[in-house]
This record gives sequence, C-alpha cells and structure tokens, in this order.
Amino acid sequence: MDEASDKPAASVRAADLWTAVILFVIGCIVIKDSLRLGAKWGDSGPESGYFPFYIGMLLCASSVANFLLAWFKRRHETFVSKESFKGVVSVFVPTVVYVGLIGGVGPVPGLGIYVASAVFIACFMRLLGKYGWGTTAGVALGVPLAFFLLFEKWFRVPLPKGPLEALLGLA
Amino acid sequence: MAEIQALFHGFSVAFTPFNLALMMAGILMGVLIGVLPGLGGANGVAILLPLTFAMANQPGGATSAIILLSCIYWGALFGGAITSILFNIPGEPWSVATTFDGYPMAQQGRAGEALTAAFTSSFVGAFIAVLMITFLAPLVAKFALRFGPREYFAVYLLTFCSFIGMTKSPPSKTLAAMMLGFALAAVGQDSMTGALRMTFDQVVLFKGFDFLIAVIGLFGIGEILITLEEGLAFKGMQGKINMKVVMQTWKQLPKYWKTSIRSSVIGCWMGITPGGATPASFMGYGVAKRMSPNGANFGKGEMEGVVAPETAAHAAGTSALLPMLTLGIPGSPTAAVLLGGLLIWGLQPGPLLFQEKPDFVWGLIASMYLGNIAGLIVVLTTVPLFAAVLRIPFSIVAPVILVICAIGAYTVHNSMFDVWMMLVFGVVGYVFKKLDYPLAPLVLAIVLGDRAEESFRQALLGSGGNLATFFDNALVGSITALALAMLFWGPIKLVFSRLTGR
Repeated sequence: MDEASDKPAASVRAADLWTAVILFVIGCIVIKDSLRLGAKWGDSGPESGYFPFYIGMLLCASSVANFLLAWFKRRHETFVSKESFKGVVSVFVPTVVYVGLIGGVGPVPGLGIYVASAVFIACFMRLLGKYGWGTTAGVALGVPLAFFLLFEKWFRVPLPKGPLEALLGLA
Repeated sequence: MAEIQALFHGFSVAFTPFNLALMMAGILMGVLIGVLPGLGGANGVAILLPLTFAMANQPGGATSAIILLSCIYWGALFGGAITSILFNIPGEPWSVATTFDGYPMAQQGRAGEALTAAFTSSFVGAFIAVLMITFLAPLVAKFALRFGPREYFAVYLLTFCSFIGMTKSPPSKTLAAMMLGFALAAVGQDSMTGALRMTFDQVVLFKGFDFLIAVIGLFGIGEILITLEEGLAFKGMQGKINMKVVMQTWKQLPKYWKTSIRSSVIGCWMGITPGGATPASFMGYGVAKRMSPNGANFGKGEMEGVVAPETAAHAAGTSALLPMLTLGIPGSPTAAVLLGGLLIWGLQPGPLLFQEKPDFVWGLIASMYLGNIAGLIVVLTTVPLFAAVLRIPFSIVAPVILVICAIGAYTVHNSMFDVWMMLVFGVVGYVFKKLDYPLAPLVLAIVLGDRAEESFRQALLGSGGNLATFFDNALVGSITALALAMLFWGPIKLVFSRLTGR
C-alpha cells in the first residue's frame, strides 16, 4: 500500500471519543425516560423506570470513563484509512440501497426481495468485481431463484414480493 | 445411574434416519458458515432459525429442530479451523489462536497434519464437554429447582460480572456495551406493569428490539465490513487430507494428552461461566505455551499449538449449552440464539425442562455425541471442497452473504423495519469491533435484560426493597459474592500477583 492510500480517514482517538459521546447521550435518553415513568419505589413495588434508570446511569458513567481514557491516552493510530473507508462505503451504500429496493421507501413501492437481490448481486459483481455479463447473469439470477425455491416452495416461508411476482402470478 | 438410562433413551430419540440426515445437513451447513467470512455460528444459526418454525410444530419436531441448529453450531466450530490453517484468516473469532501455529504448519507443507490435529482435538474437547453435560446438567437442574428470583438474579449478576472481569477489552468498554444491551432490552412494553418504555410513540418500537436482528447485524454485516477493509486476498495453502496423514497424526496426538486435558478443563470452565469460546482458546494456547516443554517452539508450527486452542474452544462452545439448558442462561451468543429458538418453539429452558421434556433434553444431549462424531468424519473428508469454496472471489460471496443476512433478518418477524435495524446494528458492530468494545455482553444483555430485570424486581418486592436480600442465605450470598469477585477479578489478580511476586 502506498503512502497516499494509507492516509487516515479517522483516528482511533476521534472514533473512541465520538462513540463515548453517543453512548452518553443514549444513557441520558434512558435516564430521562425512566424518570418520566417513575424510577422510585411505588405503591406496588419498583416502578417501571426503576431498573432502566440505573442502566442509564451506568451507561453514562462508563461512557465518561471511556471518554477520559481516550482523551488522555492520545492514541493517534488510524481508525480507518481513506482507502479502506472507500472500500467499506462502496459496499455499505449499495447495501442500504438494496434494503430500500426490497420494501420501498415512503410512498415508493419496493421490488420485493428476489428482484432486488438480483439487481444487487448484478451491480456488485459488475461494478466492484468487474465480471463479464455471462457470469454476472448466472449468479444474479441463479441465487434468487434458489432462494425462491428454498423459502417459498420447500420451507413455505413467504418473503416480500413485488410487481414482477404479481405479474407472474406467484405472489 | 439414571443419567446413563436417560442418555440411552435420548439415543433412541436422536437415532432416527430423519434426525441423522438433519445432523449431516446441519454439520455441512455449519462448516460452510464457519468457512465463509461474515457468517458465523451465532448469526448463521439466527438466520436459519425461522426455517425451523414449521418443523418444530410437528410432534417431536422441536427435538429435530434443535438437532439441526446445534449441529450447525458444531459445524461452525469445526469450520473455523479450516480458514485459519489454510488461509491464515480466522473464519471465527475463536479460531484466531489456531492461526498462530496452524498457518506456519501449512506453510511448511504440513496442512494435512494441522487440520487433522485441529479437527481431532476439537472433537476431544467437545466430547469431554458433552460428557460433563451428561452428568452435571441433571444435578445443576435439580439444584436450580430451589432457585427463586433472587437466586436467579444473583446468577445473572455472576454472568455479567464475569464478562467484565474476564474479557480482554477495557472494563469500562465492556460495561458500556453491556448497558447498551440492557437499554435496548428495556425498549418496549414493561413485562410487569405493561407501561411503554422508551418507545417515543413509535409503533415499530412497541415490541422492542429482537436480539436475533442484533446478532445478524453485529456479527454478519459488521464482520463483512471489516473483512472488506482488509481487502481479502484469499491466497491459501493446499489442504489435502488422506488416510495416511490422518493415521500419522493420530499416532502423534496422544503425546499431547496433558495439553488436551488442561485445555478441556479451561474450555469447560469458560463455557459454563460465560467467558465463551474465544477467550478460552486464547487461554488454552497461553497456558499450553507456558506449561509445555515445547513452549519455545510455539508460533513456529508446533502441533501442540493447534491442539491447545482448538480443544479449549470446542469444550467451551459445547459446555456453553449447560447453563442454557439448566438455568436458561446462555454461556455464549450462539447458545443465546439457541435459547431464543427454544422460547419461540414454546419450550421454557430451565430446571423444569429436564422433568417436563426429557425426550427433548436427552435427545439433544445424545445428538451432541452423534453430531460431533458425524462432524469429525464430515470435516476430515470434505476439507478440499470447503477450501474450494474459499477460492470463490469475495465480490461474488459478499453480495450473496448480504442477501442471506437480509432474508434472515426479515424472516424473524416478517418486518422490513428489522432489516433496516440490521444495517444499523451492522455499523455498530463494525465500530465496536474496531474500538475493542466486546459484542458478546451486548448480545447477552439484550437476551437476558428483561428476565434479569424481572427477577431483580421480584426479589426486591419480596424483601420490600432491601438490597441485602442478595446476601440473605448461604446460597444466594455465595453466588453474589462470587459475582463480585468476578467483577473485580482484574484488581484482585493484580494484588495477588504483587503479593506472590515479592
């Protein structure tokens, strides 16, 4: 790996600090909601917020400890290099799009899991794997078909279906 | 010997052609899961769990279903070793220690020996753990019949305190991960009062977070993201196993009996107290390195360095089922998923299970013996096949695994929201893993959160809010004391070594 691609996108320290802050905020939300429910000893024993209140307190306390540890340790190693981060994003973003394609987002209807999977695998193989159309089509059509037989036919577990299945009368 | 009789009855339950076929299928699927990056024991079983819903509804079907799932688990335990030895890539976290000596052996052209040693010692570790389960589980179950809420809470406390004391991650990070799990478990309806907690009027949150989704996201998606970052160049050694190599290796193995016994004991202990297979494998390796006369050669391709972690990992992975069956407290994330399965099939794990469903319990225990024998035979004969699977380029394997994870997350509750949550947990898993936040306590806290809280509140109700109830009698007091000792294990060890060191 050359030096340029090894540049950090984030340091361990920054990631550690941010994680601690986010967990601290979650802890505060837990505490706040526990107080709303009542975190004391009620008429019929401990109230609903009794247990979560302490969970929130411990979450906040441990986050403070983690924050301080990261702050004073001054570890400047790379959390993720730019090159690796690009690799991770180039897979994660398509995966998010894929999940959106399955069920649709908001008013837009989804394609169902089988069609979305075929599109996802095909894009992945073409763009990231640089495969020819033949291999791509084989895997992208074969895998969803195999899952269709496995889930709908043999195990009778219905998965989300879209317009194509409706057209073929399979939905 | 009531146990022997019960066990034979179990064999008669497990030994049907259908169940044997399920065992083989489970082992093969498990090895495949163990070999593929991003799919592991915990999320593999979680993804396949919904497939057993229909099966478990038939009479006797729950036994078949647990046999299938537990065999997937055994297979995954076996499969991790293949990638470690041939590719220097641990397919599973518990096989990291196997790479230390396994890969050097493969580089020296002794891959066959290393694989045989790994599989055989896995088998030995698992076998010893199953023997222990056979005789210890009924006793623990009988003993646990006396447990009330406060005893249960003390055991939960012990479970979580041992995580803090035993995991290698910083204690504050273990605690934070665990508390996040508890917080997630609390979301939804309060099981005692029915009040809605932390739902913020979002209907999707009313039923809370399902830990199966968390498992698929944390271990599946998170793992794939990490794998991608390392830019996997699968350059593996050739793994050929023939009978001659197997026989030669088997002749050498009895030499290491001391290591095997040590690792089995470590593994069984770490499995019952929820240390889990991963720390057990490192401990097994570390102890063997210190105690063995060949210790100096460890890391250079010493067979003993493969035997030690593999035995310990399998012993731990198997014995993690003991607290799951007898107390309803899983010793590892995978055991937690199996527990989830039991609950979905309408079986309540715990001491009563041994009395009410002896067919199920003993069928499962008998299947552990059979499954591990089948597993050993399967892996010894199919290594080249799975090594070939690993040569399939990652740009084909990765999208297929992501599709499988999405399907798995959807089928748990037939909900798209769960699939989105899986992605969120995937990011959490990726970040946590890189920052050394342990994932196992997070998962176990989501699983056990509600029940730990319930027993805590019931115990306090009984005592009128007095925390001293957890030290009331010898039984609950000693469990609580043990839990506190585990919690402060780090400082205790430090003081102890200072005292003995000088």
